[in-house]
Amino acid sequence: MTFRPERILGIFSWLAVSLVVVPVCVLVVYLFVRGWPAMSYALFFGDTPWRAAIIGAQPVFDGIYPAIVGTSILIICSSIIAIPLGVFCGIYLAEYAQGFLKSIFSFMVDLLSGMPSIVMGLFGFALILFMRRTLFSHANTSLMLSAACIALLILPYLIRMTQVALESIPENVRLLGPSLGYTRWQNIVHVLLPSSSTAIFSGIVLSIGRAAEDTAVIMLTGVVANAGIPRALSDKFEALPFTIFYLTAEHRNDLELQKAFGSALVLLVLTGTLFFISYCIQKNLKRYWRLGE
Amino acid sequence: MIEKWIERALFSSALLCSLCVTAVFGFLLYFSWPLFLDARGLANVFSWVWKPFAGQFGILPMMAGTFSLALLALGIAYPLAIGIASFTHGLAPARITKTVLGLVYFMTSIPTVIYGFVSVFILVPLFRDYFDRGTGFCLMVSAITLAILIVPTIMIALKTEMNQRSEEVCMGARSLGLTPAQELLWVLLPCSGRGLVIAAILGFGRAVGDTLVALMVAGNAPVIPHSLLDPIRTLTSHIALVVATDSQDQAYYSIFAAGLMLFLIMAGLTMVIRNLGNRFGQGKKRHDIPS
Repeated sequence: MTFRPERILGIFSWLAVSLVVVPVCVLVVYLFVRGWPAMSYALFFGDTPWRAAIIGAQPVFDGIYPAIVGTSILIICSSIIAIPLGVFCGIYLAEYAQGFLKSIFSFMVDLLSGMPSIVMGLFGFALILFMRRTLFSHANTSLMLSAACIALLILPYLIRMTQVALESIPENVRLLGPSLGYTRWQNIVHVLLPSSSTAIFSGIVLSIGRAAEDTAVIMLTGVVANAGIPRALSDKFEALPFTIFYLTAEHRNDLELQKAFGSALVLLVLTGTLFFISYCIQKNLKRYWRLGE
Repeated sequence: MIEKWIERALFSSALLCSLCVTAVFGFLLYFSWPLFLDARGLANVFSWVWKPFAGQFGILPMMAGTFSLALLALGIAYPLAIGIASFTHGLAPARITKTVLGLVYFMTSIPTVIYGFVSVFILVPLFRDYFDRGTGFCLMVSAITLAILIVPTIMIALKTEMNQRSEEVCMGARSLGLTPAQELLWVLLPCSGRGLVIAAILGFGRAVGDTLVALMVAGNAPVIPHSLLDPIRTLTSHIALVVATDSQDQAYYSIFAAGLMLFLIMAGLTMVIRNLGNRFGQGKKRHDIPS
């Protein structure tokens, strides 16, 4: 038999796939096996009755409810900041920017998307140091600061998703508006955005997943292990990913370890669901464009 | 009239994003600036010794940690990613390909902290028991974990490039009677050289920028690693650790210097990628629409 390199490539590719697929399956199965027994009322609310916990009448001490609330508020606030800004920026880059300006702006977006999340966190931390030295001597790390830094982190994804969605609209759809006498902005609002809205939406869902999972940014900008439910945006807060990180290093007994596995499973299910939603949208999208052709 | 204002609003949002990037750089520079004014301070930070209580704040061990970890992780992940990209490019039945692709995309959504978490409970005890040396928190464990984390990044970048090239060359290759495996090995991989480099850089950047895996499983000892079983500390986890332990003022300069280093490394990588031809290109040419 002669030496056939492409045969080796075939064997190697099967090997590579199994070397990646097996660990990931082990990871998911392991989390379900260890995390499932931890799923109980006590994991979420501890000893507190859930009605009292939800209206905030009683603090929750042992459960992960405050962390879930913290993560939710963080997601909502950072989305409020990042989504409009990112979508506008994406529209500008796709439809208006030209020449030198476009290359400058897209370089900035590339730079932003390459930025390690810890550097974003360090930026937030530096901002607080700066504010303390200058005008606001009482400034402190808080939920608001974390939301702003997380917004900065997810901004490049939103911009790119919007830009790519707009730029991949077929030419015949793109010319529809101008042929009817629409101006550029009318064309964007009435033709281009509606026909790319699902793609943009799936980008938004993906970036919400990023906001939910990031730990490095919030570590430097105001997350703490035991804060309870934040009463204001200037409070410190708890978050799911940080709870997992903290408990991994600091668990003192089996109960806390159980809590760590429980929160890891909850976080995995949360980001997995977001991913699944975005995946389904994109799948339908492909079918949509194929029909349109 | 209103069109003009809308364009201005959109422009200012783009400007705001760019200003944010500049602000990040500005703040890092502002806070590490005192170092650059003082030659002794600079020599102190760019030295090989980190002993904060003795007044020595060298970040070079962390640089060594970052680079050894990132290169090792890339060395493990890159062949795997090429293998998977080839696998999904005609070497396997369509149904398996779809499942594998779905799984790789799913991997991008698994939180970093969960990779670290599972590694702490599976890989670390494994290494501790098998090699019977140290605590198990070491360079090798973190490199393996990080490799799994960066495989999707590399693979997706590679696949994008290969799909594009494939459209150009597949007709020619098929007409020569090449099998899919031959086409991949002799035509597609050689002609997507640019994509191969870009994918490697993206993966390297992701590995350099990651904090949680290194922080959770690398052991965090600020020393130069001599073997794969030595604990290391990266620039990213160094920043997290120093801020968390609330050290004195001098230590802060060193973390801003570390942040500045990270910023410059990533900016450098971004520039290299852009020179190689931006993934997203300049957008396709289209008819100019009058406003």
